[in-house]
Amino acid sequence: MGCRSSLFLGVALMAMAVGGAEARDLTVTSWGGSYQDAQREVYFQPFMKQTNTKLVEDSWNGGVGALRAKVEGGNSDWDVVQVEAEELVLGCEEGLFEQLDWAALGGRDKFIPAAVDDCGVGAIVWTTLITYDGAKIKDGPKSWADFWDVSKFPGKRGLRRGPKYTLEFALMADGVPSEQVYEVLRTDAGVDRAFKKLDQIKSNVVWWEAGAQPLQLLASGEVAMTSAYNARVTAANKSDNRDFKIVWQGGVYAVDSWVILRDSPNKEAAMDLIAFMSDAANQKNLPPKIPYGVTSKEAAALVDPAVLPIMPTEPGNLAVEVQLDTEFWVANTERLTERFNAWIGQ
Amino acid sequence: MGSILNLPPHATGAQKAWHVALWALTALVLAFLILPILVIIPLSFSSGSFLNFPLPGLSLRWYHELLGSERWLSSLRNSVVVAISSTLLATVLGTLASLGLQRARFPGHALVMALVISPMVVPLVIVAVGVYFFYAPLGLTGSLLGLTLAHTALAAPFVVITVSATLQGFDTNLSRAAASLGANQTTAFFRVTLPIILPGVVSGALFAFVTSFDEVVVALFLTGPGERTLPRQMFDGIRENISPVIAAAATLLIVLSILLMTVMEVLRRRSERLRGIR
Amino acid sequence: MTASSLTGRSGARIESRNLKAQLRRTERRRKLEAAALVAPLLIFLAVFFLAPIVGMLIRSVENSELPTTMPETAAALRQWDGIDLPPEPVFASFARELAAGQRDRTLAGVAKRLTYEVPNMRSVLFATARGLPETPNGTWRDTLTARDKTWGDPATWAVMRRAAAPVTPLYMLASVDREMDASGSIVKVASDRAIYIDIFIRTFWMAAVVTVWCLVLGYPLAFKLASLPPRVSNLLMILVLLPFWTSILVRTGAWVVLLQREGPINEALQWVGLISEPLQLVYNRVGVYVAMIHILLPFMVLPLYSVMRGISPAYMRAATSLGATPFTAFRRVYLPQTIPGVGAGCLLVFILGVGYYITPALVGGAGDQMVSYFVAFFTNQTINWGMAAALGSVLLIATLLLYWVYARLVGIDRMRMG
Repeated sequence: MGCRSSLFLGVALMAMAVGGAEARDLTVTSWGGSYQDAQREVYFQPFMKQTNTKLVEDSWNGGVGALRAKVEGGNSDWDVVQVEAEELVLGCEEGLFEQLDWAALGGRDKFIPAAVDDCGVGAIVWTTLITYDGAKIKDGPKSWADFWDVSKFPGKRGLRRGPKYTLEFALMADGVPSEQVYEVLRTDAGVDRAFKKLDQIKSNVVWWEAGAQPLQLLASGEVAMTSAYNARVTAANKSDNRDFKIVWQGGVYAVDSWVILRDSPNKEAAMDLIAFMSDAANQKNLPPKIPYGVTSKEAAALVDPAVLPIMPTEPGNLAVEVQLDTEFWVANTERLTERFNAWIGQ
Repeated sequence: MGSILNLPPHATGAQKAWHVALWALTALVLAFLILPILVIIPLSFSSGSFLNFPLPGLSLRWYHELLGSERWLSSLRNSVVVAISSTLLATVLGTLASLGLQRARFPGHALVMALVISPMVVPLVIVAVGVYFFYAPLGLTGSLLGLTLAHTALAAPFVVITVSATLQGFDTNLSRAAASLGANQTTAFFRVTLPIILPGVVSGALFAFVTSFDEVVVALFLTGPGERTLPRQMFDGIRENISPVIAAAATLLIVLSILLMTVMEVLRRRSERLRGIR
Repeated sequence: MTASSLTGRSGARIESRNLKAQLRRTERRRKLEAAALVAPLLIFLAVFFLAPIVGMLIRSVENSELPTTMPETAAALRQWDGIDLPPEPVFASFARELAAGQRDRTLAGVAKRLTYEVPNMRSVLFATARGLPETPNGTWRDTLTARDKTWGDPATWAVMRRAAAPVTPLYMLASVDREMDASGSIVKVASDRAIYIDIFIRTFWMAAVVTVWCLVLGYPLAFKLASLPPRVSNLLMILVLLPFWTSILVRTGAWVVLLQREGPINEALQWVGLISEPLQLVYNRVGVYVAMIHILLPFMVLPLYSVMRGISPAYMRAATSLGATPFTAFRRVYLPQTIPGVGAGCLLVFILGVGYYITPALVGGAGDQMVSYFVAFFTNQTINWGMAAALGSVLLIATLLLYWVYARLVGIDRMRMG
């Protein structure tokens, strides 16, 4: 009886496994929190209504490893993913992404140059910068040097876990002019210098991973100031009636892109979704909800002028920000991530 | 029934102090155990969006938000499906195995027992990584089936332990009597053995249910966006956005645990009565 | 008569032999039945639990990246004696398979594997592969070395040769902060990369601290509960059992809320006037300890309580009536009888504590993560699966040793829940 029942069980399980391998719904993976809430409203729900397809959402916190795990793990459950700049290059080189159909997007010259790649099209321009609670600190920090100054501004600091941004910020705090940050970082001595500067505040840092966390930490008073993504600060101010201040000075901006993971079973629908999200008529609706910069040239002209001052792409803001050096991070992510993880785990 | 350190009338000052101190310590430790769980409950009825006291007012808005959210509801659905399936599977497999382990000592008995119990002690992350590597090529990641299978393995030891404990008090003469009265083995099992060990089987099943319903580590590795379970949803919520919605979900889970605990206690008493312990 | 008595006796002997055989048959049948009843669960666990874990163990020495993507190069490298630079055919097959890998986009695995030993190999490999000519300019050795001088370095090829082997000790060595140098001997890694031994020590230390605290808090509690009349103690036991039945996430979440800077505990302490500034209680070691002790305390109290319930109060009374002070009576008579419960509780709490992941991940800071966190990190974030498997294997071995001790001292069948 034992044998027979286990045989039945086996057959039943096999049947379920085969059934489970059927086609799944189109899945889009973004960065969660208030950003994804806005995307849902502006892109995902209208797309579902218009095309009558079911869209499943997931969120992630970046890392090319996570993409490799999905593709090489052999059972990927993501189709469209919003990736960061160096992930786009690394993943494209490694064959983790499908090639995009640029004709379906209306041609490459419709987008700002940084948004154009064989494997991806720009989704947003966004900035990682300092934010603090205006209700608690009257005369707030103005630079990364202030951010490092725990005697002038007591309290914990929030930083994104990982070497990217962290090392740039450390060098700026150590007095490196923003236009020379990557020049210094390209030398071994520069990397050492950044880690040495980080040692100074290591015991005061709360490391975050998801974009929603720093605002949570700030709201609960867990940190006195934190790095955060610019538009999420605005969103938190709006939804929770907060007075979180944004410091554009020394913020690092970059372009995120939409990609399709290799061997996606929903390739066509995925391309439709990306085309929908890249359409100027839809893109122009994003900044009023969450003020990130848009990538379609046409959409940039259509955005409600009222939100321009709080967008990273506003010329005055752009002038004091630093552009992420994608090439540097493509070449050094592995090495510096390893060093950073050893440093943080010690 | 005297207490061990029952104070005689002539107790010294030191003894009295010790007596009071022990009571105080006991009360403190019990408070430490129970208060954190109870504190969450009022916070879930807050009308404000922050998790601290005093509450700005009372409302059910967070319960509305919880029960109106497709994400939370589908994660609840997934958790219930996985928990019930793995409970059924673990209970059948575990009960059969307990009967076998009880029936005779066979070669490798101790080793078998060690293997059967091991899912309880192997760190969850190791199970998670193992099944993640192993299930992926079989197409079992990103499916509720894969999670069910892993949870069954994790839950089975609880069934084996509880049912075995009940069987230890089971008088085998009863099934012999049934056999001598002409019942075949199957009939004897269903008519005599099962009713007596049923409380043990049911409490094993409850343990199995809770094991699966609470499990998050394996779920983090095995589930994709379509198979999000309740604990996984809670995990993301705690990490990224602790709002009173989490408190509302936690409160519902606490109510569930009170229910389960009550059922367990009733079963335990019933089983003790049936086995004539009391 | 003699004959009849003889037959009678031998008849009895035959009968008894028959009976014995029959008994043995029944016994054998019972054993078979028992095995058949256990088999379904055993098979299930072997396939869906044991096999995955064995698979993980194997992965900690697996070295398939280069042999899969560049089979010819790997075969040629294994033939090579490892002295100086490999012969031209190795360079030739490498160049051919490198170009093919670039075309089919299959180089990622090899790049990742080489990066584990030489951090910049990823960029070297891709830079060399990009636009590699189809025919060599002179020898392939010169062509490749001209494109990147790394290929002219014997140390590079020593790494390549190690990557071509069927198995590698790389990950297991790395999990104890060791690596192979260019000559193949085992050395300590540089101090800024040596973290895993510290992490193992931290893991065991944290589990030990939690165990001691659970004992310190749990022993008096169990003692008091066991000394109360059953009606009262059953009632108070509910306060121990409810947390036990409550989801770990609910409890961890509750602690995050309670310990926040502006959470109830800090507010209460400030209101009472004990502190003027909020204390940092969460995202650090304190928070992890508090939450872990809370979650694991019932596992200590339950075995202690069941042992203490079984101790007759008569022993203590006898000791005191013989003139022992209550303290001496406790120490000499009561305490020794509770040792089995102490052992069971401590081992259980320690075994469970060593494997903790969720609670430190949610309540702890970067410096409070235990081994499990790194296993998960390597699996999901960097997909260095060899490293995840190696750290997991060390953790598993440690746990199984403790489990074995538990089985010897306490007995597996005495493991009870509730």
